[in-house]
Amino acid sequence: MKLLNCPMNGVRPLSEFLFGGEFREMPNPDASTDLEWASYVHYRDNAPGIKKEWWYHSPSGTWFIAERNTLTDEVLATYLHGNSPVSKVKEPS
Amino acid sequence: MAYQLLKYALGGEYKEPRFFRDCQTPKKSYDAVIIGGGGHGLAAAYYLAKDHGITNVAVLEKGYIGGGNTGRNTTIVRSNYLTPDGVNFYDASVKLFEGLSTELDINLFYSNRGHFTLAHSDSAMRTMRWRAEVNKHVGVKSRVVGTDEIAKACPQMDLSCSGKSPIQGALYHEPGSIARHDAVAWGYARGADSMGVEIFQNTEVQGIDIQNGQVQGVQTSRGYISTGKVLSAVAGFTPRICKMVDLKTPIVIHPLQACVSEPMKPWLDTILVSGSLHVYVSQSSRGELVMGSSLDPYEFHSTRSTFDFVEGLTSHIVDMFPFLSNVKIVRQWAGMADITPDFAPIMGMTPIKGFYLDAGWGTWGFKATPISGKTMAHTLANDKPHDLIHSFRLSRFEDYELTGEKGAASVGH
Repeated sequence: MKLLNCPMNGVRPLSEFLFGGEFREMPNPDASTDLEWASYVHYRDNAPGIKKEWWYHSPSGTWFIAERNTLTDEVLATYLHGNSPVSKVKEPS
Repeated sequence: MAYQLLKYALGGEYKEPRFFRDCQTPKKSYDAVIIGGGGHGLAAAYYLAKDHGITNVAVLEKGYIGGGNTGRNTTIVRSNYLTPDGVNFYDASVKLFEGLSTELDINLFYSNRGHFTLAHSDSAMRTMRWRAEVNKHVGVKSRVVGTDEIAKACPQMDLSCSGKSPIQGALYHEPGSIARHDAVAWGYARGADSMGVEIFQNTEVQGIDIQNGQVQGVQTSRGYISTGKVLSAVAGFTPRICKMVDLKTPIVIHPLQACVSEPMKPWLDTILVSGSLHVYVSQSSRGELVMGSSLDPYEFHSTRSTFDFVEGLTSHIVDMFPFLSNVKIVRQWAGMADITPDFAPIMGMTPIKGFYLDAGWGTWGFKATPISGKTMAHTLANDKPHDLIHSFRLSRFEDYELTGEKGAASVGH
């Protein structure tokens, strides 16, 4: 079975996790136009490559960030939001 | 028959004509270029030639004809959707499918089976009633049926599903059918080719040339082709093509898996779907049970298949049909499904002049093959979207006019 490293609980089976979609910076809801908000909600590049994603460890209720190659399914790093390691990982382009 | 075979075997030269020409060198320019030689792209090429007289068209296929999602789906054709726009659109497709074997002069093995969407809970029954009423309202034959009618149509099924999730009723959709999916692509390819469309297999698009917001041409592995109109009909590869033109869409790619059992004598007449058990199943004309489940749970651009899938799916199949416990699975595979947030396709114009999109086909693409080809051909020829696809436009997301087509996929949503 495939495994994922939860930053709080260590390596766990993938079946304990939920995928939360690509991480995107939220624009200021008060200052953004309707189009900017729609772009934030809906539009994305989504071509394969290394992506920053939200994942959720369901038994412990932990949301965290995974950097994952969506073409090969390799997970390069997992960490809590805001705790980005000075990573060995290249920033997603 | 045997004599014919023997004559071929000894005769040397194979005398059956090819389905379409083996094109190798593209011309310098075409009136339109279609990226993707699946059912949708080939149907669009066919109707461009047939309905609009536009025959100077190239279809570019990275692999081989019908080797993508056209040959990976579970071949179900139906129109029992939830929104009037969706029901009208898929109903037009079913009607085209019904006459398609004759039109394309190829046996699609189009087989009208009737389609049951099983409901195991009160809330599922409520959705079935809703869908039935919308369907009836626009003239599509769907109705809610009780367990007696289900038992009559499929006496082999354990209506209690091994006691775990008893069936309360179902949405019965009479026009529900299955067809030979690769034959649809081959039929459209032959039809388009005979009218002058050129089909290039093993031809990859590497870039799309845009100047001043207008498409100028396409860079391919067989050289540069200039054209003012490009249609992208590439399903799971849509984000990669869109990246070439710097177009963002809401499409996310998830693998969708399916499998078939060993062949059996015919026993399952109908198509059965259960949203709660994440199962759909029908028996093909070869006797195999064709089975599918819900999407893989996270984004992944690959056609790898997993043991998790077979294990989960077959446990539910055995809940429904305990006597199948000794039947073997002989093949499994996956396709890349291009999923949209509202489970409706993205079709029509884009902000880039001359770049048209036929995408977002997720788990509902095969049944729409004829109508998507027809409406996209109309859209390309007139540079104006066809009326039937207005609500599927890309700009619906920034207009905050999503379709809400939750009845789209039978399973998992």
